[in-house]
Amino acid sequence: MFKILHAEFIAPGIKRFTIDAPRIARKQKPGQFVIIRVYEEGERIPVTIERSDPTVGTINVVVQAAGKTTSLLNCLETGDSILDVVGPLGKPSHIEKFGTVVVMGGGVGTAMAYPTATALKDAGNHVISIVGARTKELVILEHELREVSDQLMITTDDGTYADKGFVTDKLKQLIQSGTRIDLVLAIGPIPMMRAVAETTRPRGIKTVVSLNPIMIDGTGMCGGCRVLVDGKSEFACVDGPEFDASRIDFSVLVQRNAMYRAAEQRSMEAFQRDRELLLQKVHTEQVACAAGGQR
Amino acid sequence: MNAAPPKSKNPLSLKERMKVPRQHMLEQPPLLRAVNFKEVNLGYSEELAQQEARRCLQCAKPACVNDCPVGVKVREFVELIVDGDYLGAAAKIREDNVLPAITGRVCPQEDHCEGGCLMGKKVQPLGIGYLERFVADFEQRHMDHSKIRRAVPSGKKVAIVGSGPSGLTAAGDLVQKGHEVHVFEALHELGGVLVYGIPEFRLPKQIIREQLDYMRAMGVQFETNVVVGKTVTINELMEEEGYDAVYIGTGAGLPIFMNIPGEHLNGVYSANEFLTRINLMHAYEFPHFDEPMLDFRGKDVAVIGGGNTALDSIRSALRLGARKAYVLYRRSEAEMPARREEVKHAKEEGIEFRVLTNPIEFLSDGKGWLGAVRCSRMELGEPDASGRRRPAPIEGSEFDLPLSVAVIAIGTSANPLIQSTTPGLRTNKKNYIEADPMTQRTSCKGVFAGGDIVTGSATVILAMGAGRRAAKSIHGYLTDDGSWSS
Repeated sequence: MFKILHAEFIAPGIKRFTIDAPRIARKQKPGQFVIIRVYEEGERIPVTIERSDPTVGTINVVVQAAGKTTSLLNCLETGDSILDVVGPLGKPSHIEKFGTVVVMGGGVGTAMAYPTATALKDAGNHVISIVGARTKELVILEHELREVSDQLMITTDDGTYADKGFVTDKLKQLIQSGTRIDLVLAIGPIPMMRAVAETTRPRGIKTVVSLNPIMIDGTGMCGGCRVLVDGKSEFACVDGPEFDASRIDFSVLVQRNAMYRAAEQRSMEAFQRDRELLLQKVHTEQVACAAGGQR
Repeated sequence: MNAAPPKSKNPLSLKERMKVPRQHMLEQPPLLRAVNFKEVNLGYSEELAQQEARRCLQCAKPACVNDCPVGVKVREFVELIVDGDYLGAAAKIREDNVLPAITGRVCPQEDHCEGGCLMGKKVQPLGIGYLERFVADFEQRHMDHSKIRRAVPSGKKVAIVGSGPSGLTAAGDLVQKGHEVHVFEALHELGGVLVYGIPEFRLPKQIIREQLDYMRAMGVQFETNVVVGKTVTINELMEEEGYDAVYIGTGAGLPIFMNIPGEHLNGVYSANEFLTRINLMHAYEFPHFDEPMLDFRGKDVAVIGGGNTALDSIRSALRLGARKAYVLYRRSEAEMPARREEVKHAKEEGIEFRVLTNPIEFLSDGKGWLGAVRCSRMELGEPDASGRRRPAPIEGSEFDLPLSVAVIAIGTSANPLIQSTTPGLRTNKKNYIEADPMTQRTSCKGVFAGGDIVTGSATVILAMGAGRRAAKSIHGYLTDDGSWSS
């Protein structure tokens, strides 16, 4: 079991957890993720690592409630435990001095873009960050990103904060203004990453996206997270999660992520109906597990 | 064939023994078991076990023992059954095999102990696997774990990477020599392929759990959620965490795809994913468990391949409610690597075997889902490197088979996580770890490897054999002067 040392909402539906996981904290590098299983009957889901502190042995993960598992996870509080946390998984981001780098975070993807932006800045890059969210309240890590960026731009879909529009609008403006861009890193919802790829592909700007397909083991064993890269299957968990955006078949990614939609909806409905009961069960399991001491 | 030892309680003469037919194991009837995930084989009663055990000829030179990769003393444990000393029989097996309830269920006995049995030359071989299972199950019910004696601590620490059959075997052998043994597992549950690969109807999870409890009682320590190569490296284990030796038994790992068009369609699975969803994640118990599975009811499903994994996959699909369930295999039934009993069970359950059939393209239903598979009919030519006759497509024989789900079970390749993070660890051209076939030593001092990560996909018992050899050699390394020259 992995103890939650601190849990707080950083935006509506988006929660940050500080988890006691010394082995993972010691090894984590920007761009990597963990797989979490909340309770005994739970599924395994990949979750973004926002940062880690190897000296105290903690990792921070940021979770947005979307389906049953993420919604359940976001019900957990400081002092609760998570049954399984494994990682760090995936290849770390490739960090070097590229020159000018545009780091783009869409929604909760910003939490994964942040550590990479930090590393890119430390490597001597000129970092321009563009953060987008649906609405004002969902803009996260603004302060943190401002600290590691030479320039920070913010967009909201509804214009309730900063500039109205999409992150790609800002990217296009940058390109049109003649800014030399050596690398674009985009992490966010699939439509956003796809739009970024379509913007940079014709201009030949090297673009990296971080993919989040359905995953089970996260070690290359099952092949469920395969994505079509230049017509060939690659595994997001071990070959990624970062890929050259121009080589990705986004339609296949969208289609594969929709594979279990019916079952996911059913799970979510059951969760909304029996939320309290399920939480009780999770807490009972935690007590039993702590007493059994086998994990 | 020598006369049976005089002290034997076996009332039958050698001649009489030959006349007793092999005792069948009770099993769930095919139509019932095809719709549930409970174990197919139900075990021997004491009476059946006695009758079967009395068939043993007690050969002076027992081929069964020689043909067993871990060298189980078959003749002696069978005689203990005849004596009615079932715990004694279990203890006798445990001298060579720490997982008897598992091998008694999943070992391809026809290729090992029963394949060599003298009875098999004239009538049917002794049911050694069935007898092993009987005593192992008896032991589970009657053994008092507090009576397990622990060896005197040697002061040495060994890390075992992977909790599959190879790692568990090495762990069991080493802990009995007094070494402190820690097993690291990447997944959240222990057992490796026994848990994520082999379905409940062939190897119930409860059986694995009980065998693991036994190992805990022996003193073996387990840590889940550790991906060696990611969470910690081999070098860190040895240099920072103080392990004196490491055994790598991580299994083969990566699923092989066919690299034919349409493989990315929804409904096309690797066997590893399909079985992991069902076995490790309990997707067949959705919505009680959260892991989802497609609704198989009324759908046509095929597995591609002819091994145990292929049969486990398609029989699982049948149990999930598939209307038609096919095995597509490019060679003929004679070349199928699956256990004979599984082929028999699958046929009884209504699985259709389409042999000499090779998929060449997955066809879409127009909405991103699998709609059909295009196949070529095959014919067998001259034997290839594997000694099996090489299949070749018959020109113009292509046909389309309508399908909703296809599971690819054509094997695995080496997972590179450890090789790529352990400097100096030698691998072969397919990226499997190089290890001495007798000592399981690798090119790194103190590091041993065995099982599928060395040999490529094989069987549970062969992986266990490697674990045994490794344990012996690790013990030698730890108790000698620690030199590494071979």
